[in-house]
Amino acid sequence: MKLKNLFVFMALTGVLFTAGCSNTPAKKVDLTISAAASLKDAMGEITELYMTENSNVTITTNFGSAGALEQQIEQGADVDVFVSAAQKQMDALADKDLLQKDTRIDLLGNKLVLIVPKDNTEITGFEDLTEDSVKAVAMGEIESVPVGQYAQDTLTSLGLLDQIAPKAVYGKDVKTVLNWVETGNADAGIVYFTDAEGSDLVKIAATASEDTHKPIVYPAAVINTSTELEASKAFLDFLSSHEAVKIFEKYGFEFKG
Amino acid sequence: MGMDFSPLWVSLKTSLAATIFAFITGIIAAWLIAGYKGRFKGLIDSILTLPMVLPPTVVGFILLVILGKNSVIGKLLNNIGYNLIFTWQAIVIAASVVAFPLMYKTSRGAFEQIDRNIVDAARTLGVCEWKIFIKVCVPNAWPGILAGTVLAFARALGEFGATLMVGGSMLGKTQTIPIAIYFASEGGNTREAYIWVGIIFGISLMVMAAVNYWNDRQQKNSSSGIGGK
Repeated sequence: MKLKNLFVFMALTGVLFTAGCSNTPAKKVDLTISAAASLKDAMGEITELYMTENSNVTITTNFGSAGALEQQIEQGADVDVFVSAAQKQMDALADKDLLQKDTRIDLLGNKLVLIVPKDNTEITGFEDLTEDSVKAVAMGEIESVPVGQYAQDTLTSLGLLDQIAPKAVYGKDVKTVLNWVETGNADAGIVYFTDAEGSDLVKIAATASEDTHKPIVYPAAVINTSTELEASKAFLDFLSSHEAVKIFEKYGFEFKG
Repeated sequence: MGMDFSPLWVSLKTSLAATIFAFITGIIAAWLIAGYKGRFKGLIDSILTLPMVLPPTVVGFILLVILGKNSVIGKLLNNIGYNLIFTWQAIVIAASVVAFPLMYKTSRGAFEQIDRNIVDAARTLGVCEWKIFIKVCVPNAWPGILAGTVLAFARALGEFGATLMVGGSMLGKTQTIPIAIYFASEGGNTREAYIWVGIIFGISLMVMAAVNYWNDRQQKNSSSGIGGK
């Protein structure tokens, strides 16, 4: 009986609460943005800015490997906008007809780099990874983490994959890979330029030549099942605005437009 | 698409090694605590049980802090040219730590259920404490110890969070079945995930069936013997 009373109470307060809010001009909107882990810092700043400018919008961000986020969306997660770090995951959603028509854009570009702990002077290029003194090379997991796929592309083109695969340690997203190198637990790691730029504990030993891997493109789109289509499209447009682009570029991303 | 079955062997090897560690340390700890009457009993018991209630990520984090390359132990090991993180040994440690409390708790319960009179009788006969432990306590607590061992094995087999944190996911070295399932699922390889899930189901059912069979036989043996107390 007590529990029932509680429900009644909650329902009543809920009614009062929504009634109170109906006076505000713009309707309250909750958006959920799923974005690749490498976007964490930049996207965090952009959503903050967006919420200050649009006080009626509340944005919840969800960062992870593009593969994990894609799976969540396929399993019916309530996501409004998805920003992937590779076309593969976006293509998979398009194939399952989960993208809102004509909203897909190629938003950003990035570079692939080899990082080492700050004090390391031995590793200056990808070929140094084959040395015996290098025990653990951190990479993103190949199937689900785009940066792992790009890294595998590069190592394959350089003809180093067979020698490096036995010491590859696969992380669940790019931030894990970065952390392993920052803590010195891995001798080297392959991440995006923007992740390396954002850390004081690692340095870039080499940059992968762009012809060694698929072009690194971050596609973005509104998800079909979104209940806030207009607000989602408005946010997606904002990502290409001058203000947002300035933030992306500050973190080292290349704006694709 | 070819499937690599190395996670099966890595998982079995790791769980077996962890169970052996947890078995030995768990029983000894249980026996010592069961007999300890001091005022720190509650505190020590809580500390020993902690890995069971802590989130695996906390266990992984603490292990990284203790064993990582920049830790005291890590640096010491590094000086003698040894590295623990991202090795098979690291995931055995992770699995042992989380399996230990199950072994310890279950065996302690079993030890405390033993009729004190039997132990005291042995003492009056002048049997030394170690012999009492081996000849009286362990045999009498055997069903509990066995249950603890099975639980410890199951927990070690299922360990995921701490394992991923200290072991990464190195194919053939530190990639266990739970980690293979996680990445197969994240990567959209549903078929591979199903196969691994099936294998884990199979192993778990086989272990439980073996224990049940063994328990039944035990009970039959004891009831056909003297016939209880």
